[in-house]
Amino acid sequence: MTARTLYEKIWDAHVVAQREDGTCLIFIDRHLVHEVTSPQAFEALRMAGRTVRRPELTLAVPDHNVPTTARVDAAGKRIPIADPQSAQQLAALEKNAPEFGIRYFGATAREQGIVHVVGPEQGFSLPGTTIVCGDSHTACHGGVGALAFGIGTSEVEHVLATQTLQLRKSKTMEVRVEGDLGPGVTAKDLIMHIVGAIGTAGGTGHVIEYRGKVFEQMSIEARLTVCNMSIEGGARAGLIAPDETTFAYLKDRPLAPKGAEWDEAVAYWKTLHTDEGATFDKSVVIDASVIEPTVTWGTSPEDTVGISGAVPDPMSFADPNKQRAAQASLDYMGLAPGQKLAEVEVQNIFIGSCTNSRIEDMRAAAEVLRGRKVHPNIKWGIVVPGSGLVKLQAEAEGLDKVFTEAGLEWREPGCSACLGMNPDKVPAGERSASTSNRNFVGRQGPGARTHLVSPAMAAAAAVTGRLTDVRELVREPA
Amino acid sequence: MEKVTEVEGRAYPFGMKNVDTDIIIPAHFLKTVTRDGLGEGAFEALRKDGDSVFDNPEFAGAPIVIAGDNFGCGSSREHAAWALLDMGVKAVIAPSFSDIFSGNAFKNGILTVALPQEAVDRLMEVAQTDSITIDLENQSVSTPFQDRWTFEIDPFRKNCLLEGLDEVGLTLQSDAVISAFEDRLRREQPWVASGTKAAA
Repeated sequence: MTARTLYEKIWDAHVVAQREDGTCLIFIDRHLVHEVTSPQAFEALRMAGRTVRRPELTLAVPDHNVPTTARVDAAGKRIPIADPQSAQQLAALEKNAPEFGIRYFGATAREQGIVHVVGPEQGFSLPGTTIVCGDSHTACHGGVGALAFGIGTSEVEHVLATQTLQLRKSKTMEVRVEGDLGPGVTAKDLIMHIVGAIGTAGGTGHVIEYRGKVFEQMSIEARLTVCNMSIEGGARAGLIAPDETTFAYLKDRPLAPKGAEWDEAVAYWKTLHTDEGATFDKSVVIDASVIEPTVTWGTSPEDTVGISGAVPDPMSFADPNKQRAAQASLDYMGLAPGQKLAEVEVQNIFIGSCTNSRIEDMRAAAEVLRGRKVHPNIKWGIVVPGSGLVKLQAEAEGLDKVFTEAGLEWREPGCSACLGMNPDKVPAGERSASTSNRNFVGRQGPGARTHLVSPAMAAAAAVTGRLTDVRELVREPA
Repeated sequence: MEKVTEVEGRAYPFGMKNVDTDIIIPAHFLKTVTRDGLGEGAFEALRKDGDSVFDNPEFAGAPIVIAGDNFGCGSSREHAAWALLDMGVKAVIAPSFSDIFSGNAFKNGILTVALPQEAVDRLMEVAQTDSITIDLENQSVSTPFQDRWTFEIDPFRKNCLLEGLDEVGLTLQSDAVISAFEDRLRREQPWVASGTKAAA
């Protein structure tokens, strides 16, 4: 058999049928559903008198517009959502999930959280599976070696009704990272650096496989962070080959295989790697050793720079379209060419999102904040765990106290201030140091100015009131 | 779905590069449970000053948008396609599109036509004064000034658009092969097949 890449192995294992024109009917093993991109899909099923073909392969969790403030009152009674439209969307999912036989973690369940945190955490996301969700950050689950990608609502309907999608095979792209990351440089800095290097359309039409020792040494949480932002590089999916770290992470998770099935599964998962001699359509090599803690200066995730750097001059770009875009970005961001990033003051801190809300992210932020206070520049700072289970774990470790004693708010799980569709927003004209994934115009609220950073860097900005090299705050070991 | 054969009319000379779906429709408009009425929120941030091409009466109701490369990047929200549709847009011409957006556009009968940057630059000029014609059958874009370019489209998508096929209905005709695949999955990878019913 010819040598195949990891992507090709997973693709081949899911082809139900192939049309003459090359379009394939691909089986979908796992489907995650949330409240924002599903109501129209369920409604379309209802109108056509169709059912959900395999309800046990779908898991529903509300995350996008649920407020991150308390969900039950002192008497244990549920607090309704104030915004009537959000309440209506949530009510629709609460009705649709049981009506179509789908497992549902409701807004007050301890398992509730951001779909992309919940899937791996429950062992629902498994190596070698195809995973889809009506959300572009589904790429995230590539961190456990799953072929995972975002879909639109019509495709959500298609998967619910048929458990398949009509797809064309993507091209393959290798992002090979050589060398080691320096101290204080995290998976988030790495993926932001990669997006900066390849551009937001660099992976369009491709599935990225991240390769190199750096990824092999990473925890699953860090791999999920890397794969999460594949879409920021234009790739619908990103993959990291499953290994012993993956198996150890998944073992004994509630929905992971058990007993003899576990052994069978692991034996199969061990075959899921790119063969020696397999070729990629595109290959990019990144030197890890030059990467600094990274921040964004503009309104595209590709607008990245090391924290010691400065805002670029728009005229320094060769492409006239990019010059115009960069100038528009600087106008929106209120920044001038040559300005040092480490001198940019911020007023808001957001630690959370499907990119950075897992237990390790909480620990990394708490490590910087322990025994320190938030700077007076900071008007609003929140820490939003990715799921109820992450929240419980963090509280068991006392991390919530570290955050609240420093002056940040400790919230309930959800997408929160990553996107301006729930009460957590950044005010117009103000800046945030945010661990989310998109610094688009208006993303965190109309007029909000977003600087993307790692959790440790967000914590450092909270302490100093400006974008800061977290390495300056590292304490000597006791 | 309605059949799509040709889109002809004025075009918004928009031209912006890397238009993300947050720009097309900001998140606070996503709290809807229907597909209608989203045109009102389309391009909100650009329209707030009232001088964008989308507010220029010259182009009101134009069925075509001309944009820069990587159109529709970012979020997977199909609301972006619904918002364009609600504005009356039936085609977008750009040098390139994000994968998810072009899929969403197709499902809603919106043509995404990828042309080289030079052709897009020329269409930006023509759009100021004249209409543009997109012929799906012949995969061509033309202007009243003898300009003509051909474009690529996935043959499956082209056929679905020309015939106005319901993709879910089409796939359901393959029920037997899907069932056969599922039977094999149950035998070979029972841990995948059990899903949320996995034994605790």
